[in-house]
Amino acid sequence: MKEIFFVFFTAAVLNNFVLTNFLGICPFLGVSRKKGPALAMSGAVIFVMFIASIFTWMIYYFLLKRYGLEFLKIPAFILVIGTLVQLIETFMRRFAERMYDVFGIYLPLITTNCAILGVTLININREFTFHNSLVYSLGAGVGFGIAMIIMAGIREQLEYVDLPKALEGVPIALLIAGILSMAFQGFAGTVTLLK
Amino acid sequence: MADTIILAIAILGGMGLLFGFGLAYIARKLAVTEDEKVEEIMNILPGADCGACGCAGCKAFARELAAGKRKPSECVVGGKEVALKLASLLGTEAGEFQPKVAQLFCMGGREESGLRFSYIGITTCEAANLVGGGFKKCEYGCLGFGDCVAACQFGALSMDENGLPVIDREKCVGCGACVKACPRGLISLVPEDARVFVRCSSKASPGEVTKACTVGCIGCRRCEKACEYDAIHVDKDTALASIDYTKCTACGACVEVCPRKVIEIEEIEAERSEAA
Repeated sequence: MKEIFFVFFTAAVLNNFVLTNFLGICPFLGVSRKKGPALAMSGAVIFVMFIASIFTWMIYYFLLKRYGLEFLKIPAFILVIGTLVQLIETFMRRFAERMYDVFGIYLPLITTNCAILGVTLININREFTFHNSLVYSLGAGVGFGIAMIIMAGIREQLEYVDLPKALEGVPIALLIAGILSMAFQGFAGTVTLLK
Repeated sequence: MADTIILAIAILGGMGLLFGFGLAYIARKLAVTEDEKVEEIMNILPGADCGACGCAGCKAFARELAAGKRKPSECVVGGKEVALKLASLLGTEAGEFQPKVAQLFCMGGREESGLRFSYIGITTCEAANLVGGGFKKCEYGCLGFGDCVAACQFGALSMDENGLPVIDREKCVGCGACVKACPRGLISLVPEDARVFVRCSSKASPGEVTKACTVGCIGCRRCEKACEYDAIHVDKDTALASIDYTKCTACGACVEVCPRKVIEIEEIEAERSEAA
């Protein structure tokens, strides 16, 4: 139980995917203008990360490793994730139209999101067991969500601030991302407390 | 070595093929057949996604229309032309059609209604309205930051030098976006053929109105007495005149007697009356 919590906490906060690992920066800057879409995007990422972890873990250990083809994991995972997202989109469109309206437009963006590929590769590199990899992927998704919500919250407030012309839009977003990232470094010491 | 190469090609290629065909099969099997009618309706609709019909955009309206839940005339932006086209496409009645346009019910610009205090802050009406009941002497008057202008998708509104929005009747489609945008509720949709407007929304007492603005309605009832058609009435509580457009004949009697020059008559252009 402690291990599960530890894995989850590490993925979500300590090694926050966006702010510490610098993965998934594209949606982090692109979809963080308002809280609503940011939340929807986070939901979609958590969902896809979780499902992608299940399948890539199985493909790696039951197919690639068995035949000594570990070096193929990157193209194989990209293939799996691409297929999966497409599949989810098709199913959603048919059976969960409401969900499709909310998540749908973000799904194609996620296909090429490095955060997803990053999670699946880290799962393998750190030799996680199956259930640990699931917890890790969930944690990573939640961490992505945390970063998105913080960013969206700040950027919503920024709309009302008189900024120098040169900083409006993306420049200030990048500055804030940098400061947030530094703030998250502060969690680094907490590992020892947990152990 | 050769084994590994062949195996790698076989496995990755096999996965690719399997996934590809699998996806193709599932996509065909689960294809969502969008009603062809929806496409055709979309081609006719203005496509502004203004939401005046109460749907979340034109597509949603098209779907409901195709399902028979709506009437063609509910697209206020498209007007008569679009409604008739839709009706002929769907083979239904166009429905009741009452074109409306937005009108501003305030004449108190910078010159007519002065400042109570100077406001330095976020330059939107919505924000200014929250601070101490607004910076204008009149608590009901136009704040002049142009939230309505920003809300208009059709370029029908602009601000004049006096700090009041001007609504271009030709461009206004009656979607009501500006009506929702005004924090003081100074814009209303009126029937397109309405010509006479009491351009004041102040619910303050006559004394306060006189202090706050040179063109505020003081509820003197001279218009009520002048009207032969029983079309204009002054509300007892708000001391504000309002016109019943089902009775108004645009004779202009009230316009002449109004001591504060609050009532305006808009001339009907010759071309427009011919077209209608």
